[in-house]
Amino acid sequence: MGILDIFNGKGWGVHPHDDHKRPAADVPLRVMPLPKRLCVPLLQHVGAPATPLVAVGDRVLRGQLIAGPGGRLSAPVHAPSSGVVTAIGEVTAPHPSGLPFAAITITLDGLDEGIDFPAVPDPFTLAPAEVAQKIADAGIVGLGGATFPSAPKAELGRKLAVQTLIINGGECEPYLSSDDSVMRERAADVIDGVRILMHTTGAQNALVGIEDNKPEAIAAMRLAVEAFPAISIRPVPARYPMGSDRQLVQVLTGKEVPSGARTASIGVLVNNVSTCAAIHRAVRLGEPLYRRIVTVNGGAVAEPGNVLAPIGVLVEDLLAFAGLKETPARLVMGGPMMGVALPHAQVPTVKGCGGILALTAAEITVEEPSPCIRCGSCVNACPMGLMPLEMAARIKVGDYDGADKLALDDCLACGCCAYVCPSHIPLVQSFFHAKGEIWKRAQQKKRNEFTKELAQARKDRLEREARERAEAAAKRKAARAAQQASGTPEV
Amino acid sequence: MNTSLSTSLPAVAASPHAQAQGSIGSVMAKVMLALAPATVCGLWFFGWPAFSLWLITILAAVLGEALCLRLMGKPVQATLLDGSAVLTGWLLALSLPPWAPWWIGVVGGLFATIIGKQVFGGVGQNLFNPAMIGRVALLVSFPVQMTAWVAPAMGVHAPGLAESLQITFGGAGIPDAMTSASLLGQAKTELSRGVDLLHTFANGLPTSFSGVRPGSLGETAVVLIAAGGVAMLFMGIISWHIPVSMLAAIAIPALIAHGINPARYLDAGAHVLSGGAMLGAFFIATDYVSSPSSRAGQLVFGAGCGFLTWVIRTYGGYPEGVAFAVLLMNALTPAIDRLVKPRVYGRDYKGQPIVLDKKEK
Ligand code: SF4
Ligand code: SF4
Repeated sequence: MGILDIFNGKGWGVHPHDDHKRPAADVPLRVMPLPKRLCVPLLQHVGAPATPLVAVGDRVLRGQLIAGPGGRLSAPVHAPSSGVVTAIGEVTAPHPSGLPFAAITITLDGLDEGIDFPAVPDPFTLAPAEVAQKIADAGIVGLGGATFPSAPKAELGRKLAVQTLIINGGECEPYLSSDDSVMRERAADVIDGVRILMHTTGAQNALVGIEDNKPEAIAAMRLAVEAFPAISIRPVPARYPMGSDRQLVQVLTGKEVPSGARTASIGVLVNNVSTCAAIHRAVRLGEPLYRRIVTVNGGAVAEPGNVLAPIGVLVEDLLAFAGLKETPARLVMGGPMMGVALPHAQVPTVKGCGGILALTAAEITVEEPSPCIRCGSCVNACPMGLMPLEMAARIKVGDYDGADKLALDDCLACGCCAYVCPSHIPLVQSFFHAKGEIWKRAQQKKRNEFTKELAQARKDRLEREARERAEAAAKRKAARAAQQASGTPEV
Repeated sequence: MNTSLSTSLPAVAASPHAQAQGSIGSVMAKVMLALAPATVCGLWFFGWPAFSLWLITILAAVLGEALCLRLMGKPVQATLLDGSAVLTGWLLALSLPPWAPWWIGVVGGLFATIIGKQVFGGVGQNLFNPAMIGRVALLVSFPVQMTAWVAPAMGVHAPGLAESLQITFGGAGIPDAMTSASLLGQAKTELSRGVDLLHTFANGLPTSFSGVRPGSLGETAVVLIAAGGVAMLFMGIISWHIPVSMLAAIAIPALIAHGINPARYLDAGAHVLSGGAMLGAFFIATDYVSSPSSRAGQLVFGAGCGFLTWVIRTYGGYPEGVAFAVLLMNALTPAIDRLVKPRVYGRDYKGQPIVLDKKEK
């Protein structure tokens, strides 16, 4: 887009000097023994919450459907192991608000009895719509964290005739290595999932972007892809946020996704590598999504590494499995850049949770913010080309519209700006706040308009009624007059 | 493993949960480090009087900052420790005639932090570069003292300590035998007397990379200033945009004008290597607070500083123009920041979402 782009530089993002991925990434995958209970949330995806199909006291088996999709955009939920449903109700959501939300609590019996899964040896003989249905039935959602239901996404891709699948193996967040682990240990599954997804969407080729700080994963994936020339492995520079859809698409295809549009609008569809592995299991083996690989990492963890854990396991059980060296100063679900701090450890994991971090005080170094010195570091770091300092300055004085004009809407909340700020200004926090305020105002405006409409309707009704009354009265009067006229012939 | 997780964690914080190492203080410290070699070299050139003045200017700048902070009831110690007042005083001292009397340093230093910075609201709020505010205030008020240059003594002919104190504090002024004109000053004076440059500098221009010539502390050790600037580039404290565009915008008009009329216009080398050009390009114009925050904006800003410097030097009433040029461009910084923004991903430069080319789709 012209000469100014060259001068502004392409050096977006940040290179954390230590990504803290190793040694956790190099420890072989461990399988977590079954805990005593699981709390499986009903809303683990973008869209409507799932509706429970079981009642308290029911015995459920591993893989059994326990909650059906709650709407067109939703995803079902399955029991991760066998046991008895002991509660259906509120637990703490993995969200800073700590607001409770609905989950199905299962007290496990340890037998781990499962239902039979309907395997499909050759999914390529099925119609794409049938495959999509299988993906939907298995409750697959984007496992990179976006948690958009995968089946509607694939169907959208088919409708828009996307040509290229972008497979996201970026995993740019420090500390996390669950995608890395999937690629190292299950490269063939991932590639099979990619092929199934190509079949479902009609895409002709697939580009797998993997950050070059994961040479083992790149090697394993290259090996797995040898027989499939339509899929190519593309190492990309390790730079945060490379794993953001828009950035990865730009690096791999050279195209930018227009502001406010989906990647499908430029003919590509982005899916995460772990999602692809889950699609492989869902379609080939008929296995629903009830467990995933979670990175347990952070300075307070005794044995950091990747753990195959049932979805809905409490963070406290997961940490007990990996062990704690010291009391963590902060618990985070997700990565340190975009993850959410947990209010306590009795929070269940969800499908989109790729990591649980127990960070020490030294790792989070909370410094008091000082005034902005306009150093421009945040501007240079922003992958979206925004001016964080200017937006924050507007927000500080309550000028939310001003911030909105500076394209606050395009902010990914990636945290690059706050990460590099030498004045430790909580920029992302301020953007969250402003987005909330703008949303609230829009709601308020909608409500006002609605009230106005109601008032107008009432006014119209009253006027109409008054008019009708008046007309009726006039009619009556006329009738009476007529009657009188006829009734009193003699004058 | 008896670590308690049952208690709830202290105040849940917003992302990101990690931060790069760095603070205002560490940035300032790195700038000072980059400035140190040139300063030491300059102090050796000009001896004890220069050292006294350097120290006094810094102390005055810090004092001005402390007074204001105290008056406004802001934390004094924490803010002083970030080092920005020290740096302001330091940069100002580098732009002064090294043998200027003590009160020049005091007035300039106080003016820089009080009027140049704190009046605007303190760190991060000032529209103008505080050191240059101080310098210009001095230049306008005390033109005689501010243009009294001496030839470098280089330790050899340097005045002794007693004599030095006399120069700085005694009001004795500079012994006539030692005064000398700076290159830019000489060129301007002679041109105004009708002597063209070819005659004035018949024996060649007194520019040299070693910097042994009359001038301010920051003017003489040009090579070390440039080296410090390059070190800052490598440390990632500044980007190349302002220094390169500023030096280019001084050199290019100089090159053209000198090519056309060497008797009237100094050549590019003289412009870039003398006066405050190098110090200005690397250390003054790059001041974060008073320069634009986008890289394209910085190019515009640097080019403006450079071109105005050349214009003022060539056609203005003062022989040196860096300070004026930087202040003028400082005033334009808010406008540049509004007009020259980075392009938002997925939008064009006007801020509209990119329109897809139908064919491409
Ligand atoms: S990084 Fe921080 S101090 Fe620097 S310009 Fe941005 S907000 Fe201001
Ligand atoms: S959080 Fe928003 S403003 Fe900050 S760097 Fe990321 S996209 Fe840019």
